[in-house]
Amino acid sequence: MAETALTDTVPSTARPAGWRGIAADWSSDQRAFKNVSWGKAMMWIFLLSDTFIFSCFLLSYMTARMSTTVPWPNPSEVFALNVAGKHIPLILIAIMTFILISSSGTMAMAVNFGYRRDRAKTAALMLATAAFGATFVGMQAFEWTKLIMEGVRPWANPWGAEQFGSSFFMITGFHGTHVTIGVIFLIAIARKVWRGDFDVERRGFFTSRKGYYEIVEITGLYWHFVDLVWVFIFAFFYLW
Amino acid sequence: MTNAAVHIEGQQHSLHAHLHDALASPAAHAKGQQHPIKLYLVVWGWLFVLSTCSYLVDYFGIHGYLRWSLILLFMVLKAGLIVAVFMHMAWERLALAYAILLPPVLVLVFVAIMVFESDYTHLLRVVFFAPTA
Repeated sequence: MAETALTDTVPSTARPAGWRGIAADWSSDQRAFKNVSWGKAMMWIFLLSDTFIFSCFLLSYMTARMSTTVPWPNPSEVFALNVAGKHIPLILIAIMTFILISSSGTMAMAVNFGYRRDRAKTAALMLATAAFGATFVGMQAFEWTKLIMEGVRPWANPWGAEQFGSSFFMITGFHGTHVTIGVIFLIAIARKVWRGDFDVERRGFFTSRKGYYEIVEITGLYWHFVDLVWVFIFAFFYLW
Repeated sequence: MTNAAVHIEGQQHSLHAHLHDALASPAAHAKGQQHPIKLYLVVWGWLFVLSTCSYLVDYFGIHGYLRWSLILLFMVLKAGLIVAVFMHMAWERLALAYAILLPPVLVLVFVAIMVFESDYTHLLRVVFFAPTA
């Protein structure tokens, strides 16, 4: 079948080191990514395109913030919470950051156990990752609700430059959507792992192709990317 | 595990796994992306430390260039750890790493363009739309 040719690896992968090796890999009529399966390569290319999408969001936010003559609302104050009578700046966002990092940790270990064909641990760690992700989305929903109640709108807010609201809803909304899709993706793959689809090489319902444990790593790539985007949003939107 | 080929080559047919077993064990090792759990835990720990550091920048109210450079430093370190270790880019073939990691660098050109553009917009707003009061 054509599938075999696609997932197969090209045996001769010996190349000179550095740039000469890269040129050799890309030149002439051949596969550029020698030992990387099509699934992983396509996920990386998708993530690259997603990088540009989030770059554009952050850039438009930067442009709005730099070009406005009205003072920008102080995120440290806007996202502060009163916990047990104490006023703590940015605490909700810090907790969300730690939750997302923890989810990346459990995901990395899930990939590891996946390649060891440890079904139970892989599925459990993936579900833990999904639970962290769902918690994150829940906290984001709380944050949105709080800000909307305080009068933040895409066109106005009580504290300063109007563009704050539109940038905030656009960037965090798009990121939250990515997290939500990731949670669904994780649960779907965890179910397949748990059922043993990748041990018996059961064919997929939609693609009718055999599944391998590599899908856990590919799911992980998407999930780590979501965490990666949050690193940039945290730095540029919340801390700057 | 007894059968090394089976659990190392996660994405391969068992048939091909046997073929590859004889060929290249170091290459096959990289393919399955098997790294000690301890490495992930160490990186996890570092990500916590770096996140705490960037939070403390805000908590202690550091301002100006020190704030921005610290935020950028912690951000780049965190992003690097995630991409290199969690996403296994450190062990991928250079052809893939460069194809994925170089294009986002070009975004910096876009950043530079928009910095000039927004400075210009800001100037126009100050000069022509300043509050009359």
